[in-house]
Amino acid sequence: MSFRSKITQFQSLIALFILCVLISLLSDKFLTVNNGWNVLRQISVNIVISVGMTLVVLTAGIDLSVGSVLALSGAITAGLLKNGISIPSLNLFIGFSLLGAILAGLIIGSLSGFFSGFTITRFKIPPFVATLAMLTIARGLTMLYTEGFPISELGENFAFFGTGWFLGIPVPVWISGLVILITVLMTQKTRLGRYIYAIGGNENAARLSGININKVKIFVYSVAGMLAAIGGILVTSRLDSAQPNAGISYELDAIAAVVIGGTSLSGGKGTIMGTVLGAIIIGVLNNGLVLLDVSPFWQQVVKGMVILVAVIIDKQNSEK
Amino acid sequence: MILQVQNITKRFSGIAALENVNLAFAKGKVTAVLGENGAGKSTLMKILSGVYSDYDGQILYKNQPIHFVNTKAAQNAGIAIIHQELNLIPYLSIQENIFLGRELTNSWGVLDKKAMFDKTSELLKTLKLSLNPNSLVADLKIGQQQIIEIAKALLLDSEVIIMDEPTSAISDAEVEVLFNIINDLLISGKTIIYISHKLDELRKIAHNYVILRDGKSIDSGELKDMSHDALIAKMVGREIKMMQRNVPTFSENYLLKVENLSLKSPHKNKDSILKDIDFHLKKGEILGICGLMGAGRTELLETLFGLHPQNTTGNITINEVVCQFKNPADAIKSGLAFVTEDRKHEGLILGMTVRENLTITTLKDLEKGLFVDKKSEENLTENYIKTLNIKTSTQKQLVQNLSGGNQQKIVLAKWLATKPQILLLDEPTRGVDIGAKNEIYKTIVQLADEGLGIIVVSSELPEIMLLADRILVMAEGKITAEMRKEDATEDKILKAAISLNYE
Repeated sequence: MSFRSKITQFQSLIALFILCVLISLLSDKFLTVNNGWNVLRQISVNIVISVGMTLVVLTAGIDLSVGSVLALSGAITAGLLKNGISIPSLNLFIGFSLLGAILAGLIIGSLSGFFSGFTITRFKIPPFVATLAMLTIARGLTMLYTEGFPISELGENFAFFGTGWFLGIPVPVWISGLVILITVLMTQKTRLGRYIYAIGGNENAARLSGININKVKIFVYSVAGMLAAIGGILVTSRLDSAQPNAGISYELDAIAAVVIGGTSLSGGKGTIMGTVLGAIIIGVLNNGLVLLDVSPFWQQVVKGMVILVAVIIDKQNSEK
Repeated sequence: MILQVQNITKRFSGIAALENVNLAFAKGKVTAVLGENGAGKSTLMKILSGVYSDYDGQILYKNQPIHFVNTKAAQNAGIAIIHQELNLIPYLSIQENIFLGRELTNSWGVLDKKAMFDKTSELLKTLKLSLNPNSLVADLKIGQQQIIEIAKALLLDSEVIIMDEPTSAISDAEVEVLFNIINDLLISGKTIIYISHKLDELRKIAHNYVILRDGKSIDSGELKDMSHDALIAKMVGREIKMMQRNVPTFSENYLLKVENLSLKSPHKNKDSILKDIDFHLKKGEILGICGLMGAGRTELLETLFGLHPQNTTGNITINEVVCQFKNPADAIKSGLAFVTEDRKHEGLILGMTVRENLTITTLKDLEKGLFVDKKSEENLTENYIKTLNIKTSTQKQLVQNLSGGNQQKIVLAKWLATKPQILLLDEPTRGVDIGAKNEIYKTIVQLADEGLGIIVVSSELPEIMLLADRILVMAEGKITAEMRKEDATEDKILKAAISLNYE
């Protein structure tokens, strides 16, 4: 990408480095292997969601529904795994294997995103409104499906995704790494990626160049939905329980990561790696504040300040 | 001399945009400021109008040294500028835009809408624009918006009015209106500083000229003493031979045939935008389309390009194949390419690089497996940078940093890359300096010689008369006249553009 976004990323890296040095000076628990894996494991959910959010934001859209979609997909995966589908009146029971349940969760997530994308493109509803509606719809469906109770005790095989290790690295880190790799390749190397940037940069010019705007938009919302579902599966697996109110306000953390990572909310500018750095900064900050025994109330204030400072610095750079 | 510029130097991060510029503007006269894009005209005007306040040198206004700290200060002193880029707010009405920042209020401090409405009506009347002051600016054509900008400056009652390419977006009839307004302003003792690339136009309105080149003042004097060629030579610092085209002979077959093409208005109860359009285009032919603003010229090109599929009726035949385009992608597949009028909003993605803009239409052909092949992309880009003589430091330069002429060449290049059979050009040289303009003309003619069918819409009659082999004139959504190049005169074209009954 452009020189400018490279500078931004460089700055984020420096900020991250300073942050790490500061915290490790104040707490000897920070710079340990265990804590490192712990932080990475914790942020992998936010990374996966933020990557999807980045794709949407690059097209000059936004997806507020990711937190609810995360809960819905997690609940459905857990529910199908544990109870399958049973309709007593028809004497029907369908059981689900581990992969089948996960696949169903991913499909539900993608469909939620597809639905948002469809309403946005077909009825020209602003993404903010369409996904706000989806936020409520998905949360309501989650409550309906779970009847408001957690679905727990999902078995050791399922727990592997959120808590397991593979080749010495936590499984969620593998998954988020894979998501990053694929989306970086997609945004930087493929035609579709170029179209995503083009639409965010100038939708009119993109349409006149023969790009099917609606297809691309529906695609990015579907991907954002699917990535939210992956997040949902990771969260559910780690807790061994699908919580009906999981993921509340996760969309805000995702947007924060996107913004700190230097992606412009007006679209067309930004990178996946920027967002990943943004998510890591937020994760390290969270972890550091906990290690330093800062009260949760102050943690929120500090996080808000960091977002503001990051955006101010970014703004100043782009005006030079 | 009402305004004198003495030894003005202005630097941007060390690079001089203006260097020791010395100029003077005579009271009650129109002075043309000439120079290629990048010569420093805009920078100078921004200094005169208070946009830039840090510079070296001195400005004398009415023989007093003066230094404007902001545009408000310049306006209060009596210097107003009409920018080339429109500075209107689309979802406010005409009247709200005109009075923006200087709203009239009654003694209660409440907006005096009646007074503003009346004053706006009066201004619109002087400008011969029959519009309701309460219409939204978003609903106006670019040309009309330009005139609203002029109305804004008139309201200020300024002594010096700087006009930065005021006619770049308006049709010849509207230019006449503007010139009448300028003459009225001169009679009341105003001074006009007029920036334009259109030398023919300047002959009609300007008395004096000043020439800038590479940030330096090169020459000044009375316009009547200078020939076109002499002016151009001073502007570009070298001789440029303007291109000439001889009409070739064409084959019998039609490349494009349009029958009964109509375009309904998207608003109910409104008149159709295009009515029963019939015309044809042959291989290698350049067809010029003239008309006033709102005659339906742009809409005709848009309709051909598949932008209004729901409201279109009629037949479009390309190479004997009947075409029904649902979207631009379909049109591109059938060999059409559309260089739009408004390159910043429709032609380019300003925040992307030269390469990314140039290859956006042909990425599909540049793929190797899953990925876009960087090497082929670079080769294609390099190829067009060379053939069209696009001046850019690297392929990775953002297009927003290029001059208008080079931006326009990139729009042209991205469409030529699709290897079209039919090229639709809407105002292909708007806001482009003379050097680049001539290069674009040469390219267009060369493309026609290579067998492309080309349709050029332009508000500049000299441009149409120079390029077109055949000319169609449109008025109110209909074709009102067709003439061959050798029969066309400005007079005939204008008559057909204004009157529907012209035979």
